[in-house]
Amino acid sequence: MSGRERILGRVRRALADAPDVPAPVERTYLRAHGDLDAEGTVDLLAEHLADYRALVHRCTPDELPSVVGRLLAARSSRSVLVPPGLDPRWLAEADARRVEDLARDTPYELDRVDSVVTACAVAIAETGTIVLDGGPDQGRRRITLVPDHHVCVVRVPGQVVSSVPQALERLDPARPLTWISGPSATSDIELDRVEGVHGPRTLEVILVG
Amino acid sequence: MSGTFVGMPAFPEAARAAVADARLRGNLRHATHTIRAKRARAVAEVSDWAELREAGKRIKDHTLRHLDRYLVQLEEKVTAAGGTVHWAADAEDANRIVVELVRATGESEVVKVKSMATQEIGLNEALEAAGIRAYETDLAELIVQLGDDRPSHILVPAIHRNRGEIRDVFRERMSDWGRPAPEGLTDSPAELAEAARLHLREKFLRAKVGVSGANFMVAETGTLVVVESEGNGRMCLTLPETLISVVGIEKTVPTWRDLEVFLQTLPRSSTAERMNPYTSTWTGTTDGDGPTAFHLVLLDNGRTDTLADEVGRQALRCIRCSACLNVCPVYERAGGHAYGSVYPGPIGAILSPQLRGTASEIDASLPYASSLCGACYEVCPVAIDIPEVLVHLRERVVEGGPMVREGNKVVLKPAKGHAAERAAMRAARWAFSRPGALRTGQRLASRTRRLHPRTLPGPGKAWTATRALPAVPPEPFRDWWRRTGGGKEGGK
Repeated sequence: MSGRERILGRVRRALADAPDVPAPVERTYLRAHGDLDAEGTVDLLAEHLADYRALVHRCTPDELPSVVGRLLAARSSRSVLVPPGLDPRWLAEADARRVEDLARDTPYELDRVDSVVTACAVAIAETGTIVLDGGPDQGRRRITLVPDHHVCVVRVPGQVVSSVPQALERLDPARPLTWISGPSATSDIELDRVEGVHGPRTLEVILVG
Repeated sequence: MSGTFVGMPAFPEAARAAVADARLRGNLRHATHTIRAKRARAVAEVSDWAELREAGKRIKDHTLRHLDRYLVQLEEKVTAAGGTVHWAADAEDANRIVVELVRATGESEVVKVKSMATQEIGLNEALEAAGIRAYETDLAELIVQLGDDRPSHILVPAIHRNRGEIRDVFRERMSDWGRPAPEGLTDSPAELAEAARLHLREKFLRAKVGVSGANFMVAETGTLVVVESEGNGRMCLTLPETLISVVGIEKTVPTWRDLEVFLQTLPRSSTAERMNPYTSTWTGTTDGDGPTAFHLVLLDNGRTDTLADEVGRQALRCIRCSACLNVCPVYERAGGHAYGSVYPGPIGAILSPQLRGTASEIDASLPYASSLCGACYEVCPVAIDIPEVLVHLRERVVEGGPMVREGNKVVLKPAKGHAAERAAMRAARWAFSRPGALRTGQRLASRTRRLHPRTLPGPGKAWTATRALPAVPPEPFRDWWRRTGGGKEGGK
């Protein structure tokens, strides 16, 4: 007998006498906590991002190129990964060399790049989370992982939702998703939080609106 | 410290040794109290916690009730998305499948995301026996692996180690596994984390095969979910060419929307954060992004036996948050190793004897590794009534009875070593049903109270080794009641 038949058979025998469980599940929990307006939701996002040591910046669309340029210069970044569909104007004032992420490149190539600039799919205010879905302005999952400095641009208030339930509604499960809440961190040593273990040690979020 | 749990002494012996270790108790007390307080704050932020907890419980109960249907749906969706599904009835099956998959790639090393399921089946040892080296990449798991140690907590496996011990392990052992620790490494957590980063990065960049577990599997979409903090998970899930995920069948949830409950309750209950730093979800394979081959190994290994037990099956709701460990007074003093299983603490005390059966001494002792205070039930985000299952399993150990092992109905014999307990209960039943005998016995006990020893002789000696024997009152309660009219005459 195959493992599949054996396991499914065991499950069915185990449940033969089990009482029925009513479906669908009642969802009496909240869709969002509190009722902030759009501006308040963006403020909450900024506050919660900062709580987990992301560096938060706010600017208008016109100011964005100069902010991106300044952040890369402040880190002395000489090279920057750019997803294929990123608006080229965002990097108009950056001095760093643009690096494209080609599928044939090994992770070693990415490891030599200083920074990465991406957009995001959605951001969650209650939890201070940005979500990337691999869209053209976000690129492959690895580009926001291997370099040590990630600059993520969030368009506000359009891309900001209050809660996890609202975010899931907007996301497509068929795409590979990465939810990011602050920089890489560990609390494995005496529960002292240390930022930056394997992922980017610095996460900068620019709220543009 | 041996890397295996086989031949572990029963909980009472293991706990006695652990309780005598002042450094271990200090490390544990600090850790559990810190995370307990943080968790309470994180939960208090969410006004609908009770509703989320109830929804989580119901989603899991519903899934378990229709697990066959959801597993078939999951398989269909994963396959349609470019993945391959394998079914493993036990640990041996699962290990064989993974070894074969790794061999087929021609590789002799894998990088691993922290996973309880692969620890449960002893995958690293099986890979080693097949000449494949498995690198643990979670910082705490790395500390455990380098130290030839065993994990002692679900969330923070090296919770029993302090920074000085970790520095020593890194200095002494890192060079055996790859890049040595930097010169002059101190015990500052930032330096230790940096040493781990450098040590592991070369492994991530060259790895061709990644092995993971998963926190959730969505039947409706075929999506797998891994939550983590360090980014080592993302490294293992996205950089290799082949990804193999070994996941217990109970990790299934029906719909994408169901994640909205667990992605709120899991981080707040486990690391006490609003959200863990990284969550990865993937559905099969994606062209041009991540592994080109994805294998899902669905693991039974005692889960269907647990499902067959109408009281015990609720343990399968567990989302491995570890909140129950941090509030447990027994865990806080005994530490995780005393439980002799990869699942320590209250959840381990009900999960291990169900997954493995109660035939061994350690498994028969686990349902007793609790004071039944109920704190574990209070914090459980899926409302597993751990005390109820503990009592149920104690009954099974003492009385025996019908249960399911490896899919077959068996009748369990009463466990050895509980003869005195059963004899005492029989004697009590006899005395309580004979008021005259009870009265005579109680009066005799009162009159001879000055002669009573401070410890019990014979088989009772062990009981009084750690407890004071209650003093016998000067007169039986019933005599006092009769003499004073229920206390109305102020007699003492």
